[in-house]
Amino acid sequence: MNAPLLVVDNLRTWLDAGKTQVRAVDGVSFAINRHETFALLGESGCGKSMTALAIMRLLPEAGRIVSGSVLLDGQNLLALPEIGMRTVRGKRIAMVFQEPMTSLNPVMTVGRQVAETLYRHTSLRGAAVQARVLELLDAVGLPDARARCNDYPFQLSGGMKQRVVIAIALACEPDLLIADEPTTALDVTIQAQVLDLLRRLQHERGMAVMLISHDLGVVAGMAQRIAVMYAGEIVEMADREAFFAAPRHPYTRKLFASLPGAARRGRQLEIIRGSVPPLDSDFSGCRFASRCDFAWQKCSDEIPVWSEVAPGHQVRCHLLQSTERVVSETVVPPLPASLPESTVETSLLEVDDLKVHFPIRKGLFKRVAGHVRAVDGVSLAISPGRTLALVGESGCGKTTVGKGILQLIRPTGGSVRFAGEELTQLSGSALRARRAAFQIVFQDPYASLDPRMRVADIIDEGMVALGTASAGERQAQMDKLLGQVGLSAGSKYRYPHEFSGGQRQRIAIARALAVKPRLIVCDEPTSALDVSVQAQILNLLRGLQDELGLAYLFITHNLAVVEYFAHEVAVMYLGRIVERGTVEEVMNAPRHPYTQALLSAVPVVDTASRREIIRLAGDLPSPANPPLGCHFHPRCPRAMSVCRQNYPAAINFSATHRTSCYLYRK
Amino acid sequence: MLFKPVLLWTDVLLWLLLAGVGLYAWKVRQREHLIRPWRRLLRSRSGVASAVVLLAFVAVGVLDSLHFRLPLEKQGSNTGIHYSPEVLSVFDLIAGPLRKRVEKTYSAPFAAHLYTKETIELPGGKQLRDYPRLKYGGAHLRDPERELGEDVVLTALQGGAYALILLSGLTVLLSLWLARRRGVAPGAAWATIRQGHDEIPWRTFLITLGLLILCACLAVVFSAKYHIFGTDKVGQDVFYLSLKSIRTGLMIGTLTTLVMLPFALLLGIMAGYFRGWVDDVIQYVYTTLSSIPGVLLIAAAVLILQVYMDSNQDAFDTVVARADIRLLFLCVILGITSWTGLCRLLRGETLKLREMEFIQAATAFGVGHFRIIARHILPNVMHIVLISIVLDFSALVLAEAVLSYVGVGVDPAMQSWGNMINGARLEMAREPMVWWSLAAAFVFMFVLVLSANLFSDRMRDAFDPRTR
Repeated sequence: MNAPLLVVDNLRTWLDAGKTQVRAVDGVSFAINRHETFALLGESGCGKSMTALAIMRLLPEAGRIVSGSVLLDGQNLLALPEIGMRTVRGKRIAMVFQEPMTSLNPVMTVGRQVAETLYRHTSLRGAAVQARVLELLDAVGLPDARARCNDYPFQLSGGMKQRVVIAIALACEPDLLIADEPTTALDVTIQAQVLDLLRRLQHERGMAVMLISHDLGVVAGMAQRIAVMYAGEIVEMADREAFFAAPRHPYTRKLFASLPGAARRGRQLEIIRGSVPPLDSDFSGCRFASRCDFAWQKCSDEIPVWSEVAPGHQVRCHLLQSTERVVSETVVPPLPASLPESTVETSLLEVDDLKVHFPIRKGLFKRVAGHVRAVDGVSLAISPGRTLALVGESGCGKTTVGKGILQLIRPTGGSVRFAGEELTQLSGSALRARRAAFQIVFQDPYASLDPRMRVADIIDEGMVALGTASAGERQAQMDKLLGQVGLSAGSKYRYPHEFSGGQRQRIAIARALAVKPRLIVCDEPTSALDVSVQAQILNLLRGLQDELGLAYLFITHNLAVVEYFAHEVAVMYLGRIVERGTVEEVMNAPRHPYTQALLSAVPVVDTASRREIIRLAGDLPSPANPPLGCHFHPRCPRAMSVCRQNYPAAINFSATHRTSCYLYRK
Repeated sequence: MLFKPVLLWTDVLLWLLLAGVGLYAWKVRQREHLIRPWRRLLRSRSGVASAVVLLAFVAVGVLDSLHFRLPLEKQGSNTGIHYSPEVLSVFDLIAGPLRKRVEKTYSAPFAAHLYTKETIELPGGKQLRDYPRLKYGGAHLRDPERELGEDVVLTALQGGAYALILLSGLTVLLSLWLARRRGVAPGAAWATIRQGHDEIPWRTFLITLGLLILCACLAVVFSAKYHIFGTDKVGQDVFYLSLKSIRTGLMIGTLTTLVMLPFALLLGIMAGYFRGWVDDVIQYVYTTLSSIPGVLLIAAAVLILQVYMDSNQDAFDTVVARADIRLLFLCVILGITSWTGLCRLLRGETLKLREMEFIQAATAFGVGHFRIIARHILPNVMHIVLISIVLDFSALVLAEAVLSYVGVGVDPAMQSWGNMINGARLEMAREPMVWWSLAAAFVFMFVLVLSANLFSDRMRDAFDPRTR
């Protein structure tokens, strides 16, 4: 039983891209033992999903396996005919995909989708199948499985859908479960639930799991062995303890260093310069050489070999085989940038009791049948040069707050005072004249730039619309802006699709800066980007704040970014702010049970200092029909009877720290 | 004056349309991102081949849209010049012989005799019932029975020779031009063309053009001696009628689009962008309109026009002007009944676009609604508009045929494929059958619609942003 379950040897998978071949997977070898969780870690486009698809032989049309072997229990999967492969898929190797919304068939009940696999791979029929389906749905923790069994996917939340997908994967008790970014599309609290489930199931059933992720935190909590992929090959492989204690490859070390977090507050984040090299040709040296701080001549002349630096710890790097070069500790981080201390001055933005309700219309005459209370009484304030982070799960209304403040959605009630002026009462041209002072940067850099306009026109648009400068000034301004966000002036005449995600986000920032705003609403500006690119953008935003004294309303679900970046934090739950305070107060001593749960659910890289996870039951309720009393009480582990009656009033702990919870009632 | 120009309504609109296309082309030349899909289109072989065929059709249609009236010969002491009531086009002048060589009635393609027996007076006073010789078709043959085959082969060779000369001339010119542009020897340019290594498939271009030139040369040499598609009931050359019908087909295809486009663009984008009650009103309008049977609406409108024209005879000085008004009216009414499909598409696309973050970013800059529509939404739906225009074109050409068959199509005096098919209804019932009008209309329509469909297919691929 000591032979590994799955052995992948020198797997090469190429994709046809017109005249060239993209070598998406280029000589990957690893083995997965029984009962083991093996993690494949890497940034987007490094070939980790392609490896999984090649193992399942589910490659896209353009892809083909050029060489290598995949042995499952000694049987070469690549030599099997397609019909033989079908008994392997689902029965021996099962797969869970990233997006639970698209991996379920929307027109079949979830029960039938689970039963489908059972009919295909087992001899169970009739009532026995039903019983097994219920057993499986129970096992993945779907509440009230008997009733849910007849629901359609759209009736379930994202977390529940992912549970169903896992149930389908487990239906035939596979030997190996491949989980391709199983929690990336989910919120932190739900992610904690699903990871917990995966861990429990693996323990109970003793299957092997191949976990594909870009998230160091998730990997740290789940995997026993970890392989890091870069540009189509594995650059480092080690046991968890060794890996997190002392990562050896420069790329891995950079990845760790670019993670934001409380420990790096006040310093610049490490960035990996340049970008992944194109994969359509042979490499004559190390693939990371062009971006590596330690690279020397040998790195670009000779391909580094796969070598063992410690038992079970293998690395592909010249540094670790040669004695001629001593690895100096990472380059000294830049001097701490001075942060403006919390000066009590007049707020730039004051939001008081902001409400945004969307009417639900029904029937032929579109009568209003109710309201979605997306934002229901939010108050906050931001001073010039400070960052307020608005944190919450998806669907809690944080983006709507941002748009309500910018008057992109007109609020239903409450007041938004910007520099002493009430914005909600302004209309038409009066509002337009003030728009220059507050701008927005969106989440998705692919959707936020008009694909049919040149960069120059994009940046120009705001200046023209707000008439802030003459034509000559605009050109000079544009060059200055592009320099500020780290793009060359030559990029003015190019189109957005010629840029990478990070560069596009820089363009979006330049566009917002063009009209000289004093407040920028950043709506998840880094959540669509890779860790190393995220670090670049955070550094840029930080630099601009120091230079121009900008205030940020930073909307995010990523608490590590908050710890690194924000001065103050407001935690939102179902349209209301449940806790507010400076970043130290909220992050180090959270008071509201929701904040505590949220913080505990964040997967942390540092394996030693793991917090006790507070498990939250269930999902975010619908804002159309919020629970009576405290909105959080149905999920709260410390709910009391009073919580079910009235919404708690805010309680102050200090001048800045306040929360709405009955636990702290005097 | 040598002639008096006549500007028909449809001519004016066609020239406006061409000017618009020219303007668009000029604008596209300056913008890299607009030119890119066209370049991709030019690189596909079927795209180039169908474009060549379409251009040939358009050329005939455009030549047929330059109308004028020739002066009548002076009679008596009248000082003023009188113009003939017959409106001609440049195309009519080019195809003059075809137009003028009218037989008595039906004759089959390449026939030297009429298709019906008649009583012929022999020189001796005797009468004979036989197929009389044609006035023009095969008139140069002494004994058609024996000589016809030989003559056809010889003439075909002659036409083929002309085509070969023309084509090789063009090939040499193309090679020289490409060589000059790329700075290589003409021989090298020719080699890349022959091997099909160019980015633009010049080889396909030359082959298609060669086939076209061959057809044209053969048509020219043969129609000097024969009626290659026979003659119709009143002895008109069917080949000439088919060529004249090209203009009608193109007009229906393009002008209808011109009428429909403002409705579809304006209402579709408005409905999607403003939503609310604007959306409701527009949706109700097009839902209502598309639930009325189109043929009924068209029949009613055409009948109303007919009544109006009958009661205002003086307003139209020539037969052609009358027919032209009816054609225009048909285009308008077809346009009014066919904008709903595109409108619905545009509404959906705009609904999607208005939620895009770049539109919200523009709103955050205080950009006005009109500017957002013009700068952000319109350019981003343009590919849909282009594709659906080209797709609709072939459907409209076919619709004309159907409507004329039903009897609510273009004026019966106007040459159109629909009218030819309509006439063929009786001809097919004759014994022996007269099949060539239908066949000619079918061949022409088939080639036009097929190349339009191929072209639009390529265009959809080229303009699909996902293929980038």
